[in-house]
Formats: sequence, structure tokens, C-alpha cells
Amino acid sequence: MNVFTFLINVLSLGIPFSVALLLASTGEMFNQRAGVFNLGCEGIMSIGAFLAFMPPYLLQNTPLAPYANLIGVSAAVAAGALLGLLFGLVTVTFRAPQGIAGIGLQLLGWGVAGTLFRFFVGGVTGIPGMKNLQVPLLSSIPVLGPILFNMNALAYAGFLLVPASWYVLLKTPWGLKVRAVGTYPRAADTMGVNVARVRYQALVLGGMLAGLAGAYLSLGQAKMFADDIVAGRGFIAVALVYFGRWNPWLILGGSLLFSIAQSFQLAIQVLGISFPYEFAVMLPYVLVIAVLALTPGSVVRGPAELGKPFDREKRV
Amino acid sequence: MKQTHRLLYILLISLGAALSAVLLGAIVLEVLGKNPVAVYRVILTEPLKDLFGLTEIGVRMVPLILVGLGIAISFRSGILNIGAEGQIQMGIIVAAATAIYLPPLPRAVMLPLVLLGGALAGGLWAGIAGWLRARLNVSELLSTVMLNYIAAQIYGFLLRGPMIDPAELQVGSGTPQSVRLPKYAWIDRIIPGTRLHYGLVIAIVLAVLVYVLLWRTRWGYELRAAGAGPKAARYGGIKVESCLVSAMVLAGAFAGLAGAVEVTGVHRRAIEAISSGYGFSGIVVALFGGLHPAGIVPSAFFFGLLLIGSDMTQRIMSVPANMVLVLEGAVILSIISAKMLIADQYLFERFSRALERAGRRKGPESKEGPAAPAAILPSKDPSAPGRDAAEGGRS
Repeated sequence: MNVFTFLINVLSLGIPFSVALLLASTGEMFNQRAGVFNLGCEGIMSIGAFLAFMPPYLLQNTPLAPYANLIGVSAAVAAGALLGLLFGLVTVTFRAPQGIAGIGLQLLGWGVAGTLFRFFVGGVTGIPGMKNLQVPLLSSIPVLGPILFNMNALAYAGFLLVPASWYVLLKTPWGLKVRAVGTYPRAADTMGVNVARVRYQALVLGGMLAGLAGAYLSLGQAKMFADDIVAGRGFIAVALVYFGRWNPWLILGGSLLFSIAQSFQLAIQVLGISFPYEFAVMLPYVLVIAVLALTPGSVVRGPAELGKPFDREKRV
Repeated sequence: MKQTHRLLYILLISLGAALSAVLLGAIVLEVLGKNPVAVYRVILTEPLKDLFGLTEIGVRMVPLILVGLGIAISFRSGILNIGAEGQIQMGIIVAAATAIYLPPLPRAVMLPLVLLGGALAGGLWAGIAGWLRARLNVSELLSTVMLNYIAAQIYGFLLRGPMIDPAELQVGSGTPQSVRLPKYAWIDRIIPGTRLHYGLVIAIVLAVLVYVLLWRTRWGYELRAAGAGPKAARYGGIKVESCLVSAMVLAGAFAGLAGAVEVTGVHRRAIEAISSGYGFSGIVVALFGGLHPAGIVPSAFFFGLLLIGSDMTQRIMSVPANMVLVLEGAVILSIISAKMLIADQYLFERFSRALERAGRRKGPESKEGPAAPAAILPSKDPSAPGRDAAEGGRS
């Protein structure tokens, strides 16, 4: 195999891989821009992945089968919204510490998905999953076609989300409110913005995107469900928000970098270069730490009130 | 008067929190089509029925207490260690390697060396995250989680490769586990025929020591000050950064020790999945125990009970043991919410005034009588949201 086909392989594998990270981290970006650090992303993704997996699993060979994926994705998104609300109740209304609340949500998500999966399914089972849609004409472009225009619907939606979320965050009144609430909630409050409501809205949106990211993992990427299907991607997504400096485009870059690194590692294993696979598997996690450590703290200025609950009555 | 109100307030919120955690679990059980009451009864009573169940709770308590103590130190010092899982695994590896590869030594020398090795490994592993936080301001939540995944891979690699039991290779089964540790590196069992071992004594002694460290020494004071108010602490001349690192190293050392004790006391060889989620359960144990050693020991008993109980429901009622994670997550969310509500002076004032009004309406003598609870319940609901609107028109 020559270098060229090798690279095409790596890219055509890696680019779709990035969608789950991209969706989750865009959602987390909205949370953090509104000032809420949601570490529970991992848990929401687990539940989303499970709920999206169930309908195609149960509805195989029934008249409803063509709609199974749609039902699954909707269920994942709805559950994500609900969990976002739950997180809002704990961290916005009760003003509990967000880091610990995130751990709680993460355990809850792992637990719910694991319990239901083991009870109703048991072992790892494949599902048909989402089919790749080849964009007419564009997909027949040599090199670029197979890399960029041969993905499933959710992946295209994920990439379209980048300009959309950039627009929403930076060009709409709601986006301004989100940023205000995360940077200087007292000022936003004085100007009549309901800080709690905007944070709730951001959390619901973030939860929905995390649920969708989970759905993408089980329906679009793995085409099955396993207890550990998310495998820390929720945490990586949170890290990518830092790496991407709370900006949708940079987050896209980060997700691509990570997933291409991962597909590169897979491709090398396939080539049969002898190398303990454990070290290959740990690569993305090492990369996260390295990236976080090497991004100079003075350059990265996150939302000023990130992680701090807002209390109207508190004296300053 | 105010005192009784305060007590009632705390009691009600705690009850509400407990109830919401139980309800969250019940919802999942309902989805499974199981009767939640029956499942909860099995979880909470089945392990207490015989010696096996009781001693197994004791076995689970050891790592839960140790990890919980470390978590309490780190949380109190303002750094959140959620990497105990990986620190446990590093502890197991180094403890097992010390026992296996050192020449035979008397137990009085060997066992302390093994335990120390485990603690050291856990401490160093956690120290990476502590250093990254103190020096480069890397969120310890993210770095410890990443270190968990890395540790899991290192652990798997060593058990499948360099440290694998040669017998496994000969037989060809290839189970990823080390050779059995030599006898002189074992922690003895307290009750023969059960798995309850003297690690429990070590854990309880360490609980006392942690209390002394945190509340009776200058260092402990500095750690707590760094956690309670880093700015004030720095102004007071405390080196907050070094507190963060040392708290993290201590927390990791406790987790590593938990691994070392587990491998020398229970399994006596390093196996896969030796730490079945103790790292995360330890967080719940510490929070439930109020981040205080005196609370952590009973809290470890309770969660030991839940762990064994959920194992038993898996066998008896085929409810997957993952159920315990649901309960743990729900407990964390409700504890931290309850803590905030209890600390909310404003809400308490409203509650107290509502009680007074109810008391006046009922006549002066029935203030603390049975009439009180009925009056409290409706006033508890309209809690935080829209509080200013609700307050305005009343008085």
C-alpha cells in the first residue's frame, strides 16, 4: 500500500470519527459559555447511545423498522434535554458545586445505561445502524469524494452545526445572553436577563447535543452498544472545549485532530507494525493531557464566571 | 425555638434528598418491571442475614474507607480527585511487583514495603495531576480522568504481558493475571473461612490519623484553609500551590494503598477488574460521610452494604449490579443539593417564619406538637425559583 491510499484511509476513517466529539463538545461549549461546567457529558452520552440503540434493536423486522433510527435519535435527544434540566436543577437552582454534580450525573448515566442494557439486551449485539449517504456528483470527486461526501446524515448535520453554532453564539441576541451570563452574570441580571433561565436553556441545548453525540456513537459509528461505548469521549469533549478556546471552529479543528490521530493509530495497527495495542489505545488520553498542559494559561481566557453559581441576593 | 426550627429544617431537607435519590433509583427499577420496594429490601437486608454477607461488607469497606479518606483530604483542600480508579490500579501493580520480584523477606519487613510501594505509586500517579494543576492550571477533573484511562491500559498491558503468570502461558488460557503473591506478603484474615482481613483495622486506624492530620496539625489546617478560601490562605502566607500538590499526592497515596491492601488481603494476585469502581464509589462514600473520617467509616459500611446488596439482587432478582451506580449518582446529586439548601439562610428564614405563623394560628402551646409537620410540607415546595415573587406579597 502506498502512502497516498494510506492517508486516504486514515482520513476517511478519522473524519466521521470526529462527529461524536464535535457534537458533544459543541454542546459543552454552550454550557461553559453560559458559565456552567458540565462534566456529566459522559453520562448523558451513555444514555443517549443506549436509547438510540434500543429502537433499531427492538424494531428489526417490524413495519416500523424504517423509522427506528429516527425514533432512537429523538429519544436520545429528549433524554439529553431532560438530563440537562436535571443538571440545571442541581447546579443553577440549588447552586451546588458543578464539578461534583458532574461526577454525579456521569455515574447516574453510566448506571442507567448499563443497567437497562444488561437487563434488556445482555450482550453486545449489532444493529443495522445508519447508512452512508453519498452526495450525488460530489462523492465522485476523486480523493475528496470518498473522504468528505460518503458519511451518514448525522455526520453531515454535525458539520453543519459548526457554522450554525458560531452564528447562534456570536450573532444572535440569545447567543449574546449566553455569553453575558457566563462572563458577567450580574451585569446581565441588571439588564433584565434572567440568568437562571439562560443557563437552563444552554444546559438543555448542551444536553441535547450530548445525547445526539451518544446516538451518533451507537447508530452511526459503532453500530452496536456496549457498556463502555463512550469510553471517556465525554471527558475528551470537555477537554476539547478548553483546547478549542470556547470557539466552534477551533473545536471542530480539535475534534478532527483527535479523531484523525485515533484513526492513524488504528491504521498503523492494521499495517501490522508490532506495537502493544494498549499504548495505541492510551494515545488520545495522553494527547488530551499534553494539549491541556501545553496550551498556555495566559492565552486561554475562558468565560470569566465559568463554574461559579450565580446568586442574585449575594452581596459583592 | 429557632434551634428546633433549624433542626426540623435540616431534617426535612435531608429526608427530601434521601427520598429523591430513592425515587430516582425506583424509576429505573420500574422501567425494568421490578418492584422497587422488593429490590430495595433485598439490597438493604439480604447482606445482613448471615456471616458471609456481613464479612463481605467488611471486605468492601476497606478500599471504600481508604479511598474515601483520600478523597476527603483532596476535596477539603480544594482539589477534586476523581482519578482514584487509576491510582488504585497503579497501587496494585507496584504492590504486586514488590511482593513478587523482591527476594523472600520476613513478613514484618515485606508487608510494610509492599503497602508503602502501593501508596507511593498511587501518590506519584496522582501527583502528576496535582502538579499539572498547580503549575500549568490544568483542570484536575480532566487530567485525573484521563490518567484513569491511561492507568487502565498500563495495567492491562502489564498483566497481559510482562507480569503475566507463566502458568497461564503454559496452559494457554492466557488469563491476564499475575502469579500468586508469596505468603509472606499476605494480610491475614480476621475470621478464617471468610475474606474479612486485617486491612479493616489498617483502614480504621488511618481514619483516626487523617482526623488528627486535618484537624489537629498545622499542615492539616493549611490544607483546609487552602480549600476553604485560596485567596485568604495565600494572603495568610500559606503556599496554596504546594498544598494542592500535597493534597493530591496524599489522596493518591490513599487510593494506591487501597489497591495494595486489596491485592494482599483479598485476591493475593493482581487480576483484571480488581478495582470494580471503588475509585468512584469512594467519592460517594466521602461526600456521604460529610468529608470527615468519623462519617466516612459508617458511610463506607452503608455503601459496602449497597455494593454487596446489588450483587445479591443480580443473583436473586436478576437486576443488574450496575444499579448501584444509579444509586451512587443519585446520592451525589441529592447530597450536594441538600447541602446548598441547608446552607441557604434565606430559605431557612422563610421556613422559620412560616412555622411561626402556623404556630400562632394554632395557639401558643402546640408549637412543637404534631401540628407542625403538616404546616411545613406545603412551605417546603416553593423553594428557590421565583422566590422573590413569592415573598413580596406575604408579610
